[in-house]
Amino acid sequence: MINLSINNQKISVEPGTTILDAARELNINIPTLCNHPDLCVAGNCRVCVVEQTGARTLIAACAMPVAEGMDIHTNTLKVRNARKHIVELLLSEHRSDCTKCYRNQKCELQSLANEFAFGDTIFLDLVEDHQYVIDRSSPSFIKDDSKCIRCQRCVRTCTELQHISAIAVANKGMHQKISSFHDKPMSHVVCTNCGQCVNRCPTGALVEKTYIDQVWDAIYDPDKHVVVQTAPAVRIALGEDLGYDPGERVTGKMVTALRQLGFDSVLDTDFSADLTIMEEGTELLTRLRKTLVEGDEKAALPMFTSCSPGWIKFIEHKYPEMLDNLSTCKSPQQMFGALAKTYFAQKKKLDPSSIVSVSIMPCTAKKYEADRPEMRSSGYKDIDFVLTTRELAIMVKQAGIDFRNLEPSHYDSIMGESTGAGVIFGATGGVMEAALRTAYEIVTGREVPFKNLNIMPVRGLEGIKEASIKIENCTDDWKFLEGAELKVAIAHGLTNANKLMRMVRDGNSPYHFIEIMACPGGCRGGGGQPIPTNEEVRTKRMVAIYAEDEHMELRKSHDNPDVIAIYEEFLGEPNSQLAHELLHTHYTEREAY
Amino acid sequence: MEKRGLNKVDLIFEEIDLKEVLTAAYNMPQAEIIQKVLDSGLKGRGGAGFPTGLKWKYAAAEEDTDKYIVCNADEGEPGTFKDREILDRVAYKVYGGMVLAAKAVGARSGIVYLRGEYKFLLPQLLEELVKFHKLIGEIGYDFSISYRMGSGAYICGEESALFESIEGFRGEPRNKPPYPTKSGVFYRPTSINNVETLVTALMVIKHGPESYSQLGTKDSRGSKVFSISGDTPSPGIFELELGMTVQAFVNEFGDGDTKAVQVGGASGFCVPRKRFEDTIIGFEGVPTGGSMKLFNSSRSMYNVLHNYLDFFAEESCGQCTPCRVGCQQLLKGVQKVKKGEVKSIYLNELVKLADTMKVASKCGLGQSVGNAFKTIVENFREEIIY
Repeated sequence: MINLSINNQKISVEPGTTILDAARELNINIPTLCNHPDLCVAGNCRVCVVEQTGARTLIAACAMPVAEGMDIHTNTLKVRNARKHIVELLLSEHRSDCTKCYRNQKCELQSLANEFAFGDTIFLDLVEDHQYVIDRSSPSFIKDDSKCIRCQRCVRTCTELQHISAIAVANKGMHQKISSFHDKPMSHVVCTNCGQCVNRCPTGALVEKTYIDQVWDAIYDPDKHVVVQTAPAVRIALGEDLGYDPGERVTGKMVTALRQLGFDSVLDTDFSADLTIMEEGTELLTRLRKTLVEGDEKAALPMFTSCSPGWIKFIEHKYPEMLDNLSTCKSPQQMFGALAKTYFAQKKKLDPSSIVSVSIMPCTAKKYEADRPEMRSSGYKDIDFVLTTRELAIMVKQAGIDFRNLEPSHYDSIMGESTGAGVIFGATGGVMEAALRTAYEIVTGREVPFKNLNIMPVRGLEGIKEASIKIENCTDDWKFLEGAELKVAIAHGLTNANKLMRMVRDGNSPYHFIEIMACPGGCRGGGGQPIPTNEEVRTKRMVAIYAEDEHMELRKSHDNPDVIAIYEEFLGEPNSQLAHELLHTHYTEREAY
Repeated sequence: MEKRGLNKVDLIFEEIDLKEVLTAAYNMPQAEIIQKVLDSGLKGRGGAGFPTGLKWKYAAAEEDTDKYIVCNADEGEPGTFKDREILDRVAYKVYGGMVLAAKAVGARSGIVYLRGEYKFLLPQLLEELVKFHKLIGEIGYDFSISYRMGSGAYICGEESALFESIEGFRGEPRNKPPYPTKSGVFYRPTSINNVETLVTALMVIKHGPESYSQLGTKDSRGSKVFSISGDTPSPGIFELELGMTVQAFVNEFGDGDTKAVQVGGASGFCVPRKRFEDTIIGFEGVPTGGSMKLFNSSRSMYNVLHNYLDFFAEESCGQCTPCRVGCQQLLKGVQKVKKGEVKSIYLNELVKLADTMKVASKCGLGQSVGNAFKTIVENFREEIIY
């Protein structure tokens, strides 16, 4: 253990601990900006400088490991003066149009300014010296360099967590900036639109492209029937932006709030998540049958899940040779969209052209997905607008809804029923668990052999997880699987996905079925979730998701009555002709650079 | 205060029998080489002045079979051109210093990081390297040197940014600790030394530390190669004993009208005429990596300062706030003062900013911007304002 003193308080910590973490153990707050618990230490904003007795310079608390006998002071005059200068310097290169900014009152620079740099600054405005052009080319987010303070969180996110490097540092000195490949628009580079950078940007330099006003317009249009669906991971995170602690489940209140906002039908993406399981599970079993029984070499295994649009764009760019391995299922959002303007319209006797389909997602890539040309199988744009969890919270506030005191209510019928299997789509491993609950039962006629249906090996936050299930005592239809061991793997975060993909590409993968989610932790850690999102918050959201699952009466997708109904009344059976037309698609290769 | 007069020396460019020196060194224990360099009092000649023997000692103490000797030949300080001359004339001595360092710390690989603008030297340097590899092979050394080219960024002269550049990344300084002797290029124990330091260390082994430490003062042992430019009748490269006053220097190299000497380049200190007599060129006074620029009364110190700040605003890597934004503020600030758009008292605020940059920047670049700024503004305030 290393002994040191911080503000005259003694502490012993493990070697390798940073001064910042040691101070936190003493409940001494040192302000930070470029630091983010998900990312490697940068030590470049210098907001966290502290004074070490005997040292010539101040030191960055986030980057300095403790040493025996250190005498650290976090609040000396020298430190305060430097910190004030540093915050003011950042403000001088940042376009401070705070009242108009999307991140107003949710900006880390603004908070620091409140603490350290209120009043007149001595520094000169540097924004006017640059020719900034706002990049609005992506359907998912906006990049405004005039608000960028070069903390490089976005760059580290894109490189470390996502293995993409869509954005990187370019130029030096006063010309230094966060740029894309050849400075091309974000829509024209290898970017998955995952929004992890947006979630980590401390200012308004990277924000989601918002469609709140368009949604309000639709709601107030008397000729439109506005259908809203909410993704599984929204209900366990929305509360964070409305005053709750992370991990609070607000499903019922959210449904009530959506009605009060004026949505005409409040439905659940969990329904189409269950539907995805029926389609994808059937597809997997079909591929297994083709491979094992019919010897069809074209039936590509392992099969990859296709729910995460960030992951879809990743494979299109990076591993297009394996696109055949991708499940042909659309994501739950898009299945829902295709059905909203067909099946739902018929049932409700609505003209599909009058339906506006809105989805609330923990995701920014979903905005991109909704715009894809493949997503118009209803004859219309299947999903009209996608809002993030954060945007929904803004709408709730705009409408003056007293969220905390709302009476919980239940989703509308037809496409509003869900099961625990649909709920756990919001966590990494959830699609796999839901699929196994159903597929195992189809094949054996029995429930998966796990206590309370909780398939623990696929849960958790490890980057890559694997599990295997031995299939025994099959029903007659599935005898060919008797004794087989179904091997599955799960990756979340594209850096982990890339590792797994290399194994598959190099022929070192023993797996039959692989679930990949673009974001760390799966959808609960999505780019559209409340800020901050980090390991601690993701863990709390995970606990909430599994609690939500446990509380559901129905836990298996094939038990969902709305799903049973839609097959009986409309689709026929899983992977039917109509199901293929509406619920499946194919993706195409994109440039690697 | 110990002072020395102006004394020209010929150590660096002296032709030697490299085989003889390296054969002697080959039979010397590791610890003995390090002790001799420690005893000589040699401090790094690139500018920062870290004791060379200590650096080797730290690197030698690391238990790793994969260690590196890096020769920092990214000579980028404005007004410095002595490493170019050394490489041009006595490259074999540079290589000799590298193999000596390798022997001392237990390294088998060496890398010369050569300033991009010195590419024209590369053919002759590689030719010399072939001979060198043959020579040390005959003696029995297990060591080889390769070259990496810089691409023009000043920051890549900073040791950890240089490592990043060698590794193929953007040249940005790393957080320290860990220091290079523990984790340097490729995150291996590394001794990174300036071109001149390596040659000097070789000469310490040749002549012995006692003889070498006769030269110079207690804090600044030995001699140093100076790059002399500006308003002087005799610009060029001169090897001088350390410890002379600026006055003694100006007496030799001035044009009779010297009003200031910039010691140590853009990151160094400006010494005005009134301080010539009591300022020693060395670590006890104004340290220098070799750049000596003389200014006579025809020069505007505003232009001098503007030029330096312009340089730093461009050459900061842009990574840390105090340096990236601070340089721009200093530059824009003096422009506004000169134009009368802000009051002259604004210079006081800029001096405070320079102090913050000195203590809060991530690396030596940002920490040293304030040197020139403060010494010019304090001594030539009226030239900045009017």
